[in-house]
Amino acid sequence: MSDAAPALEIRNLNVYYGDFHAVRDVSLTFPRNKITAIIGPSGCGKSTVLRSINRMNDLIPNVRIEGQVLFEGKNIYDPDVDPVEVRRRIGMVFQKPNPFPKSIYENVAWGVRINGFRGSKAELDALVEEALRGAALWDEVKDKLHQSGLSLSGGQQQRLCIARAIAVRPEIILMDEPASALDPIATLRIEDLMRDLAREYTIIVVTHNMQQAARVSDYTAFFSTDETRTGHLVEFGPTEQIFTNPKDPRTEAYITGRFG
Amino acid sequence: MIRKTLEARVQHLKEELLVLGSMVEQAMQQAMDALKRRDLDASRRVYANDQAINAKRFDIEREAIVAIATQQPMAHDLRFLASVLDVASELERMGDYAKGIAKINLLLGDQPLLKPLIDLPRMVDLATSMLRRALQAFVQGDVQAALAIPKEDDQVDALYNQIYRELITFMMQDPRTIDQANYLLWAAHNVERMADRVTNICERTLFTVTGEMRELDGPDDETLAPVGGEPAA
Ligand SMILES: Nc1ncnc2c1ncn2[C@@H]1O[C@H](COP(=O)(O)OP(=O)(O)OP(=O)(O)O)[C@@H](O)[C@H]1O
Ligand SMILES: [Mg+2]
Repeated sequence: MSDAAPALEIRNLNVYYGDFHAVRDVSLTFPRNKITAIIGPSGCGKSTVLRSINRMNDLIPNVRIEGQVLFEGKNIYDPDVDPVEVRRRIGMVFQKPNPFPKSIYENVAWGVRINGFRGSKAELDALVEEALRGAALWDEVKDKLHQSGLSLSGGQQQRLCIARAIAVRPEIILMDEPASALDPIATLRIEDLMRDLAREYTIIVVTHNMQQAARVSDYTAFFSTDETRTGHLVEFGPTEQIFTNPKDPRTEAYITGRFG
Repeated sequence: MIRKTLEARVQHLKEELLVLGSMVEQAMQQAMDALKRRDLDASRRVYANDQAINAKRFDIEREAIVAIATQQPMAHDLRFLASVLDVASELERMGDYAKGIAKINLLLGDQPLLKPLIDLPRMVDLATSMLRRALQAFVQGDVQAALAIPKEDDQVDALYNQIYRELITFMMQDPRTIDQANYLLWAAHNVERMADRVTNICERTLFTVTGEMRELDGPDDETLAPVGGEPAA
């Protein structure tokens, strides 16, 4: 499937919300240090799958998860696994930038602190700077670190959220439509940033924007629903192949805009 | 059916390609007919008309690029539009071959022909027929036809070989014929190249429909005459 070593592997994942079977039998391997895009029509379970990867679904009542998510060979749903540690190692960036109503500095330092940081103030400063640089935001905020995160533009806020995510040194970053609330230029900046981040991190991104998936990702997974509205994986492959010559006619129909 | 705008652009491009194809076909037929009849005025018209072929090719290219830029085509749509760019330039080059034959007639001036032309017009009939059907196959996405048409290239090559042998014989018997024989060989080479380019169009059809990139050579050609190079004139 790919030359790259896997960063994470989903095996026979099924997700239910109460009686509703939202995601059926998904098996997928995410290559390390690559960007994998998850695309598909609304309601096909993209966000559900993404949330299953770092146990964010645990926070939703009535949810039931079957199958395995193997991270470093270990199923993250094993009873001896600490979900908080899973979420540190597999970070998440959401659709709407959601900085805390605190300073830019605190937005980044917060995650580091709650993960038991014991270093000096100078060390924390260095970590914050490194994360802000990593998120391509440092030059824009270095003179106003103590202003509110909410004072930044939408694109800057999203990069602040990315800085917050990478400050705790995760291995995988999940992104759920990270640019859908941004203007085209801010969107391209986020995409550039994602390419930079992929050198160090494995990125899994859900996007409604097919051109974005085509521009930014190395691999693409296409999900769809069937008559019962149950989401499932239709096709996974190198992005180049999915967008120039998909194997499955359902993928072809979707990416050429002739879906439904 | 959604994507009406893209569909309409694709449809229009198909029509324009067929128009360009028939312009090229006509140019080739008229160029050969003029040579056969030693009609210099007709050759001058073919020569001048090549401008229209070039212009149409650029129109098609422009339209395809606008469709790519504004419609963000993917998969089959993208392969089609990328292929349109290719096919339009193949047609334009074929137009140049017709223009080359027109020029040969003008270069021959008032010399009488060594012999009436029979096989050369036959070559043109074969090549233009292949072209017409190959373009139809392209716009209809007919892979079956696209795979079959290149096989006819060996008939064109056979005629080319025959013409070559015949002209060589003339040249050996009477060195004063070398000039004209050489020009006629050139004309034959142009038609041979045209048929080769038909195969390229068939390859684009296969690619558009299936995504497969493969050369569709006709059966191994045992050409005696020089092949492959670009003719000038
Ligand atoms: N908390 C929930 N409770 C009940 N059903 C839910 C819940 N979250 C999602 N669903 C249902 O599960 C299915 C998959 O939802 P999900 O949000 O994963 O889809 P999605 O592919 O991310 O869609 P979108 O592109 O609109 O974000 C949908 O039918 C949705 O209504
Ligand atoms: Mg979603």
